[in-house]
Amino acid sequence: MSGPVGTDSSVPVLRMEAVRKTFGGSVVLRDVDLEVAPHTVTALIGASGSGKSTLLRCANLLEEIDDGAIWLDGEEITDPRVDQDAVRRRIGVVFQSYNLFPHMTVLENITLAPRRVHGADPAEARARARELLDRLGLGAKADEYPDRLSGGQQQRAAIVRALAVRPRLLLLDEVTAALDPELVGEVLGVVRDLKDEGMTMVLATHEMGFARDVADQVCFLDGGVVLERGTAEEVFGEPRQERTRRFLRRIVEAGRL
Amino acid sequence: MTLTPKESGGDGPGGEPAGEDAHDTYDAYVPSRRRIERERHQRSRARRATAVAALSTLVTAVVLYLVVVNAPGWPRTKETFFDAGYAREALPKVLEGLWLNVRLLLVCGAAVLVLGMLIAVARTLRGPVFFPLRALAAAYTDFFRGLPLIINLMIVVLGVPALRLQGITVDPVLLGGTALTLTYSAYVAEVFRAGIESVHPSQRAAARSLGLSNRQTLRYVVLPQAVRRQVPPLLNDLVSLQKDTGLVSIGGAVDAVRAADIIVGRSLNYTPYVVAGLVFVALTIPMTRFTDWVTARMDRRRAQGGVV
Repeated sequence: MSGPVGTDSSVPVLRMEAVRKTFGGSVVLRDVDLEVAPHTVTALIGASGSGKSTLLRCANLLEEIDDGAIWLDGEEITDPRVDQDAVRRRIGVVFQSYNLFPHMTVLENITLAPRRVHGADPAEARARARELLDRLGLGAKADEYPDRLSGGQQQRAAIVRALAVRPRLLLLDEVTAALDPELVGEVLGVVRDLKDEGMTMVLATHEMGFARDVADQVCFLDGGVVLERGTAEEVFGEPRQERTRRFLRRIVEAGRL
Repeated sequence: MTLTPKESGGDGPGGEPAGEDAHDTYDAYVPSRRRIERERHQRSRARRATAVAALSTLVTAVVLYLVVVNAPGWPRTKETFFDAGYAREALPKVLEGLWLNVRLLLVCGAAVLVLGMLIAVARTLRGPVFFPLRALAAAYTDFFRGLPLIINLMIVVLGVPALRLQGITVDPVLLGGTALTLTYSAYVAEVFRAGIESVHPSQRAAARSLGLSNRQTLRYVVLPQAVRRQVPPLLNDLVSLQKDTGLVSIGGAVDAVRAADIIVGRSLNYTPYVVAGLVFVALTIPMTRFTDWVTARMDRRRAQGGVV
């Protein structure tokens, strides 16, 4: 299959085949395969350094892969002739540390890409940004600078920024890891709503309870390999691999599941 | 609660016992003995500190005065460097010359900011096409940061007219300004480059993940943050440029330094130099204070709280 196919539900939104990524001498991703069907949520779980974040960065072409291939809506995006900026326009990313632009108000953060990249009318971009902010309970914060917001508010603003360009796919990299415990819920609530609206998402997370709740597919990464994959019930309920069992046991002991 | 006569007399129908309500809505905070004692101690310590500072300043001033006045050459020095008559004669001429320094500062300052920014951006360009530009920008900054300004000035101000090129100016002001711009652009380019590099890579990643191109990322995300952060060092370089405009006098341009020079040459009294020096200091002080103020404001915004 070749060429962009749009919203054909039989074509995975994201497909990775035999992806390999090294930093210096160390192999971070080793023959990783992944398929993400439209309107599904895939959770990447695993210890720190298992390659979850790198996988997401590769999917968005923020990192160049060493080998293998990645398709977005059936189009190979690791083809060197592909316009990488155009690919990134179709993928939204939310980062662990929010990465809002500190010199812009929340509204300016959100309207930057619609205006400068997608050529949207400024008034329209602002109206849509305000609508999204209202929906995420941030309507009153539109004209504040990010450093005036709590961590949870900043992360919700970052999610709005990623959504403002109507992405085909949303990548979430440990979006609650930098938040105080009482703020985690508000961000996870937003992700849950997005799932209900049919957004296709891949999320790296340490929130196992949330992953079990929201994910259609769970992948356990260990040492750059997808060691185990399946539905949430399969991976959390009856893990086949000893490594997965041990990882989950540690999580349970830490009170995180 | 004590009632005032007016309240005890009653306010008529609808009159509220305002005194009591107001009392309840206010925080009835009374400073504790501990706090009063602490503040009393702090006040007495502050008084003692002021007294010590005043005494120490007085002693230092008296010692310095005695050392200078009792130096063997003081009477001669006073005559040749601090003559009130020559100072009065020099001041108007020096101020007239200073106008040239101010104009040079404004024009060169603007040119330096633009050129410095272009060079800094050229050094961050990626891709093989830009290799010559990148190399040229690096060579430029290396060369002009290392070249003493005075030599640069002499080469440009004296060397260029010697070429006798058609259509090239021999005006010492224009040539001197060019030399200043060449040197200071190199300094300022490095300041901008440091600012660009200080912007965290995650900001770039966020911008690129939104689909912004490399150029848009630089324009909308990296440069605005870099410039904001570098305002204090940039102002510092401008203060420096302001005083170095005095060096264009070596080409014969009549600025504040040259104006003093002319009087010195005639009178063999050095007072005009002191006047020119003080005038430059007076000109830079507002700018230096402004720099300090901007820096302090930025520091305050970055880190809140703490007493040490």
